[in-house]
Amino acid sequence: MIQGTGRPVFSGVAIGRAYIYKKEQASLPTSCGDAAVEQQKFEEAKAAAVEQLQALVEETTERLGEEQAMILDVQMMMLDDLDYLESIEAMIKNGASAAEAVKETGDTFSAAFAAMDDAYMQARAVDVKDVSSRVVTILCGGKVGFSMEEPGILVAEDLTPSETVQMPKDKILAFVTRQGSSNSHTAILARIMGLPALVKTQINVDDDIDGKLMIVDGFEGTYYIDPDEETVAAMKEKQRNAQEYQRELETYRGKESVTKNGQKIKLYANIGNPSDVEHVLKGDAEGVGLLRSEFLYLGREDYPTEDELFEAYRKVVEGLEGRPLVIRTLDIGADKQADYFELDKEENPALGLRGIRICIRRPKVFRTQMRAIYRASALGPVGVMFPMIASVWEVRKVREMCEEIRREMQEEGIAIGSVEHGIMVETPAAAVISEQLAKEVDFFSVGTNDLTQYTLAVDRQNPNLEEFYDAHHPALLELLRMVAANAHKAGIWCGICGELGADLSMTETFLEMGYDELSVSPTRVLELRKKVCESEVTSK
Amino acid sequence: MKEIKYTITDPLGIHARPAGQLVKAASAYKDSDIKITVNGKTVDAKRIMGVMQLGAKQGHSLVIAINGGDEEAAAAGLEKFLKENL
Repeated sequence: MIQGTGRPVFSGVAIGRAYIYKKEQASLPTSCGDAAVEQQKFEEAKAAAVEQLQALVEETTERLGEEQAMILDVQMMMLDDLDYLESIEAMIKNGASAAEAVKETGDTFSAAFAAMDDAYMQARAVDVKDVSSRVVTILCGGKVGFSMEEPGILVAEDLTPSETVQMPKDKILAFVTRQGSSNSHTAILARIMGLPALVKTQINVDDDIDGKLMIVDGFEGTYYIDPDEETVAAMKEKQRNAQEYQRELETYRGKESVTKNGQKIKLYANIGNPSDVEHVLKGDAEGVGLLRSEFLYLGREDYPTEDELFEAYRKVVEGLEGRPLVIRTLDIGADKQADYFELDKEENPALGLRGIRICIRRPKVFRTQMRAIYRASALGPVGVMFPMIASVWEVRKVREMCEEIRREMQEEGIAIGSVEHGIMVETPAAAVISEQLAKEVDFFSVGTNDLTQYTLAVDRQNPNLEEFYDAHHPALLELLRMVAANAHKAGIWCGICGELGADLSMTETFLEMGYDELSVSPTRVLELRKKVCESEVTSK
Repeated sequence: MKEIKYTITDPLGIHARPAGQLVKAASAYKDSDIKITVNGKTVDAKRIMGVMQLGAKQGHSLVIAINGGDEEAAAAGLEKFLKENL
């Protein structure tokens, strides 16, 4: 039995055969010496690629909708593009093999797309690469595509978006990748599909695991290859319990989150990407209490435009079909930054230039984002909250900036909805002065992760400090109590959007404190609702 | 030679789908040479990579220059296409 661990991105237990997914890694064949022969090979491979794509288009339209099929259609047109074909032909004439010429040309065109100042077009770089590698694979004698004869566990280095499109989704029981992160495409897909998944494992993506029996425990973040009988029995039991629990939770779908004594609480979802909306609906969240807005800023070469931001927010607002949405303004800092921000390296990024501090220092960045948020607010209920607030003057400053932006938009005749303005309470300072802050804003949302790290002076990224990071510390609970009391005294609502919000052992404490909202991972909503509905506590 | 001037009203601009449709529409006029210019950049309207790389967005104005045997039909056809799709 081989046993290993990884970072779990979705819980659950899967038991099945391992399927190794590998990109073709064969080195490219060199030219046979005759350019005419190489050109002929290319023509044949191109025809085969078009044929594969056509088959894929038919299948994709049915399974994934027109949008995905359209991308494949564009890929086919790329294969007929004269610039592309001329480049390949010229390289073959210069002595390259058909495979080398296609690879090189694909890389060149892909680089040109990647350099465009438009996120959508940048993403097309992947299409050029995709279609080129399809032709290259054919030229190398491999078949493009991956099939699973029976349901199993997919093991891969990592998966690109176009690879995930082609996966036989109905056959996948779990994902295990060696690389990836909680935000990688594999992780996103796993969350959407509700499948157990592990990323950042030390698994050896090698053919000798292929076909072996494998178990993925998404609760513990462990996997077993060739498990012994005892492990199989224990895991089967765990799987049964998980399925049983899931069925029980389903009975809470569509129900109101209200205690036996009639106290209501809103259960919202935390998301990080417009495509997560699907998951919000699936998880039966009543709204989105935290849309992390970093996604459009990271992994690119320049600031996103107002239109790009607006498009992303529009998708979320429309997808939520009337459910409320709270967008947190950009919370980027020296630990989580994009190069084009050109932030200085800091000794202590958690205490550095981050969150609202950047927005105050860089009003242009803030203005672009706020305009996009205000535009989206015309389409549905949208609130905005500012991260890393510590002082009253910061709130007054950003609200003044917001007021100016609103005025300017009104003069331009742009429609704006009524937007609630709130703050994240995640510094001890904000909690302590919450009485004053409550007079300046429409709501509070407590970010318990940062609030814990700052209150206890424990770096949450440092795994060596785990025993000192106590999310139930009395100091923290006292702050949470204060924040809720001060919010209600001023007549505003307050919620919790940190990980603690999903901690079922704390739910009754939060109800007693009087919290009006808990925002958690969309997949945690139903179990939280069950806990609320079974509770008999009343706020004091 | 025929020339069409048009300002893009589609909020997404010439993204992948309309780029594909535009190239298909232009390619139907085999006897004409068709060029698109946006923001000083000129490309062949029958080549998708170039058309996508124009990065044409809402509010950008484009000029299509058509030269050849079926330029009359091409001008009419493409003008109709632009109005309906972009």
